Amino acid sequence: MSQVAEQDKTAASGGEDFDGLRLRQVTKSFGAFTAVDDLDLDIPNGSFFALLGPSGCGKTTTLRMVAGLEIPTSGSITLGGDDITFAKPYRRPVNTVFQSYALFPHLDIFENVAFGLRRRKKSDVEAQVNKMLELVELTSQARKKPAQLSGGQQQRVALARALINEPQVLLLDEPLGALDLKLRRSMQIEIKRIQNEVGQTFVHVTHDQEEAMTMADTVAVMNRGVIEQMGSPSDLYENPRSTFVANFLGQSNLIEGAVTHRSADLVTVDMHGIGVSIPVARAHADGDRGWVGIRPEKVLIGELGEELDAPGNSVPGGVVTDVSFVGVSTQYLVRMPWGQELQVFQQNTGHRRLFRQGEQVELSWRPEYAFLLDYSQDAAAGAQRGAED
Amino acid sequence: MSDFQRRRGAVGYLLLIPAALWLVLFFVVPFYSLLATSLYDPSGSDFRGYQMTYEWSNYTHALQDYWQPLVRSLIYGGVATLLCLLLGYVLAYAIAFKAGRWKNLLLVLVIAPFFTSFLVRTLSWKLILADDGIVVNTLQAVHLLGPDGRLLATPVAVIAGLTYNFLPFMVLPLFASIDKIDHRLIEASGDLYANPVVGFFKVTWPLSLPGVVSGTLLTFIPAVGDFINAQLLGSPNQRMVGSVIQSLFTDANDYPAAAALSMILMVLIVAMVLVYIRRAGTEELL
Repeated sequence: MSQVAEQDKTAASGGEDFDGLRLRQVTKSFGAFTAVDDLDLDIPNGSFFALLGPSGCGKTTTLRMVAGLEIPTSGSITLGGDDITFAKPYRRPVNTVFQSYALFPHLDIFENVAFGLRRRKKSDVEAQVNKMLELVELTSQARKKPAQLSGGQQQRVALARALINEPQVLLLDEPLGALDLKLRRSMQIEIKRIQNEVGQTFVHVTHDQEEAMTMADTVAVMNRGVIEQMGSPSDLYENPRSTFVANFLGQSNLIEGAVTHRSADLVTVDMHGIGVSIPVARAHADGDRGWVGIRPEKVLIGELGEELDAPGNSVPGGVVTDVSFVGVSTQYLVRMPWGQELQVFQQNTGHRRLFRQGEQVELSWRPEYAFLLDYSQDAAAGAQRGAED
Repeated sequence: MSDFQRRRGAVGYLLLIPAALWLVLFFVVPFYSLLATSLYDPSGSDFRGYQMTYEWSNYTHALQDYWQPLVRSLIYGGVATLLCLLLGYVLAYAIAFKAGRWKNLLLVLVIAPFFTSFLVRTLSWKLILADDGIVVNTLQAVHLLGPDGRLLATPVAVIAGLTYNFLPFMVLPLFASIDKIDHRLIEASGDLYANPVVGFFKVTWPLSLPGVVSGTLLTFIPAVGDFINAQLLGSPNQRMVGSVIQSLFTDANDYPAAAALSMILMVLIVAMVLVYIRRAGTEELL
């Protein structure tokens, strides 16, 4: 965490003429509960930014502060250089797609979409609304009431109603939460297409890691009011800096180990008597103990003594305790000599044979895929989320 | 249609019977009797009995003789309804949106006056508005009222009494409507450049219209027909149609005229309510 904060500070000092959305030392407390804690955040113009975290992590509160629906307890929010910390919601060039859509039930679709333009006395409302309805493919529904539309259609109305105002920043608060899985997937692609088309900054709040990774070009993982890590989806996934990120984004095997040697480019760790090495750039632990992390699909599984592809860390002595065949891959649970069960995902390419429960196996992975995390962190942090919600 | 479905349909009708009987006994029969009475020969009396002569002139005579209290009733009822709406909306809005944990207590307080009799409450207004009472004295002291000015026996007292007595009938339906409004809709209107005032008139007000319509009807209809307030707080100059009908029935024993006037009042109110509901467009709301 401290590393992230330092990184953000250096980024901050670098860009005084930053014209995107900037949060500085923003804190929001509700009574004794601190929802957002000393948050620094820079969101460049035109990016698709996702705030990802479990419920109660402060992501929605952060969004509401940007929208002006909450006032920060301390700190400042600037947009394009203007301080908007205390600006009224109706004076901000920011629009929101609400979680429940919050469509006006007494107005038809056309008037819902026209609402923002009419409030600002824009001319040419008709043409603009029609163009927007075309963009979200709802032209034929213009004169219907929101209640007559399906969930996916209401979602698109909510998007159109916000987008038509050409906000500098569009905020999306769990916009797909109420849709079923299939519709959600197609809306993810739809929203991404629209963002590409309009080119505005989208800030998307979600607890669905897959959604965040699919849609956003930058993801910030939030936990307990602070940003644990921020970066591109692949960055976060391949090189997590905390146990929370390692578990919340996908799955990770985290194995206790003692640091035995640190060289200029490698850290060597003794993992229950087996030496493994980790590149310095992927070692995020300063102490003499740490969690060695490896993603299940990066682990190779083979027979005892088999020459595996990975030249590197070889871990013998495993016993297969569970096999799940899921089509594209086979997922193994392998009990290690020190009692821990590790997950291994093997692609079903047809080149490798399937192992059965009870077989003796050897695991192996390339050092460049492993990472090392701080031992003081909870190895189970972030793992309790429902994978499919 | 299966046997089972048929039986379920029959159950539905069976359940209607008690209420239907009740309505026939206490609405249809009296209504018919009232209509018939309004067409009786007016020269009849309790003693000699009444003849059905289809005297439509009862209606024209009733209108000629009592158009003033009739119009006055509509005006007093209308003004009281408007005042109830203004006071009641603010109150209901505050209870629904701002009261937090006091919500239930405040609602109980709105209903609390019902625990004492309507008559007693109206009589106590007579004390409050009395000629040497505190209200009149205060108003005289600040010269809002002349030295001989009074409140009792003025339209002000009658309308104030009506407003007071029917306020809960306005507040409760308004509260029910406003309380149902999703707060996020108001947030959304703010997010879409509506300042609080515009947001109120574009979102909150239209969404509370069902409550406004039912509240105004529940207030206006009984207020127009009310006779207690005019009788206790007003003078003969503030006589409302309710007291006219009452005295025609009970003092003058002129049943045909009383019945004709009742029918006129009812037809007027039904017509006004129909026009009002059309204009308010409540059928469009959901």
